[in-house]
Amino acid sequence: MSAKKTLFDKVWDSHVVHKIQDGPDVLFIDRHMVHEVTSPVAFLGLKNRNIPVMHPEKTFATADHNTPTINQHLPVKDPLSANQLKMLEENANEYGISYWGLGHEKNGIVHVVGPEYGITQPGATIVCGDSHTSTHGAFGAIAFGIGTSEVEMVLATQCIMQPKPKKMRININGSLSKGVTPKDVALFIISQLTTSGATGYFVEYAGEIFRNMSMEGRMTVCNLSIEMGARGGMIAPDEKTFEYVKGREFTPKGADWDKAMAYWETLYTDEGAEFDKELTFDGSKIEPMITYGTNPGMGMGISNDIPKANEIQGGVSSYQKSLKYMDFNEGESMMGKPIDFVFLGSCTNGRIEDFRAFASIVKGRKKADNVTAWLVPGSHKVEAAIKEEGILDILTEAGFELREPGCSACLAMNDDKVPAGKLAVSTSNRNFEGRQGPGSRTILASPLVAAAAAVTGKVTDPRELMVEFA
Amino acid sequence: MAYDKFNILTSTAVPLPIENVDTDQIIPARFLKATERKGFGDNLFRDWRYNQDNTLKEDFVLNQEKYTGKILVGGKNFGSGSSREHAAWAIYDYGFRCVVSSFFADIFRNNCLNIGVLPVQVSAEFLQKIFDAVETDPKTELEVDLPEQKITLLATGESESFDINSYKKNNMLNGFDDIDYLLNIKKDIETFASNTPL
Repeated sequence: MSAKKTLFDKVWDSHVVHKIQDGPDVLFIDRHMVHEVTSPVAFLGLKNRNIPVMHPEKTFATADHNTPTINQHLPVKDPLSANQLKMLEENANEYGISYWGLGHEKNGIVHVVGPEYGITQPGATIVCGDSHTSTHGAFGAIAFGIGTSEVEMVLATQCIMQPKPKKMRININGSLSKGVTPKDVALFIISQLTTSGATGYFVEYAGEIFRNMSMEGRMTVCNLSIEMGARGGMIAPDEKTFEYVKGREFTPKGADWDKAMAYWETLYTDEGAEFDKELTFDGSKIEPMITYGTNPGMGMGISNDIPKANEIQGGVSSYQKSLKYMDFNEGESMMGKPIDFVFLGSCTNGRIEDFRAFASIVKGRKKADNVTAWLVPGSHKVEAAIKEEGILDILTEAGFELREPGCSACLAMNDDKVPAGKLAVSTSNRNFEGRQGPGSRTILASPLVAAAAAVTGKVTDPRELMVEFA
Repeated sequence: MAYDKFNILTSTAVPLPIENVDTDQIIPARFLKATERKGFGDNLFRDWRYNQDNTLKEDFVLNQEKYTGKILVGGKNFGSGSSREHAAWAIYDYGFRCVVSSFFADIFRNNCLNIGVLPVQVSAEFLQKIFDAVETDPKTELEVDLPEQKITLLATGESESFDINSYKKNNMLNGFDDIDYLLNIKKDIETFASNTPL
């Protein structure tokens, strides 16, 4: 075996407690996050076994999936949601786990608050019962989603059992054109690989495009790794990463910081280290992207026409079923299609940079009358920044309202449901059938594309509205 | 949680020849609000099975009486999307013990193995043979032999072998559970934890 290691090898190998012959590795988990939906049955399992949480200080709990995004000061109306939230609070208290529930100043979407408070760190292993845990890979961590049985495993033993995934590197160099955001880069990659193209792999993103991205942008890219089937995605930490992490509540301080830095600075792929698969794309060819079907792999440059069934890989009948659900036709343009809803938010695009981008388009314009817009910050910290930076004034002036933090219409577990048949442009991560409410139809896009749709009431190329292009 | 042992399963099958069946279709998010692992089978494929007024969609395969059995056969990339184990619970609770496809999403496959539902990955060609056989004669039976790692169309005797690592195979055969394994190496874990920098 070669002594040259990838970033992924370095972090994975240093966390293997025990290897099982022709079986999974026992992997030590540094940070575990839990939310109300995928944890109750895991805690119930601990009770049935009558065992404690092994390391409560390594688990953090926040409520996000089914919390309301208005009137959070009032009791939660839906009894089932209220019960799940109560269970999370009780379980966290019983087992001595930090709990940031509804109304807590640190409350927000699990993958937004983790990085904000420095729970997310380079070189760590991070899991959560949520597939978008891959977000934290932006810091050079190995982070991935797990099922509830595995949540119980981590609570009980601080380990999970996983076969080591294969390794893929995706290189993108060049520079991005105006109007092209990290979301577009991710949707572009997924459109090239399809929704299962990276299944079985852990992906490293490399090249100028990712080096030049902000930490928020890197989080958006890593967040969407799961949408091409990857276990997770990661980006080697650099000065930008260390700068972001430094001084946050849960990051090491003083001598511990120096010790951590000594480890973090070793976290890069060695020259000549081998990948099972390596792909390279030209960043300058990427356009603002939109999806036209019912999985995130069905995406294209916004100015293109919807591919014909005979042009795509995969089954024709599944493809046609998907277009039929969306009420779109093969070969037609998406541009100018009237839309009903706009959703800005989620663990994919609910960070301050996303609100800045949205505001840059709506500034001086007005929300279209036919559009219902839900603008949902990823956390209270994001909400505070929106106010401090004057973004709220721009949004209000343009006829938009800001809601309170949570997962919201991304998966519509709360009241933020897109009605059947209605078409939404969403900055979230999944356009599955009914994802945003039974019968809802979703177009995934960047905050810029969402903003352009919100002010014009139809699918619009944001570049037409950008000052630089006037 | 210990679960049912899996050895040899002989059963008719329910065909779902659709690609990229995601876990939001298997169990929509609005049905994830339970705090116990009960009753998820009622909402398996909810929006494909029922109209919005809760009447049955008669053309959906689970609503066709001719198709029954403990084996669900799905198209390529089955179980993509969300990590919700509720998807595997719903499949189990409905009565399936085995899911066959030509390709599974990673997290879904792990979730199945962790609760005692056997994911069997076959070639695209063999999957098509199963679909054809079951759609031609819904009474046709499949035999899933875990000890031999072999799946057979009993009517024709055509078979194919499938992969599973020997650790998980042993767990499935005996109804063993990962947590029991991990608790037995607790000392190793504690030693590891005390040396970890984070």
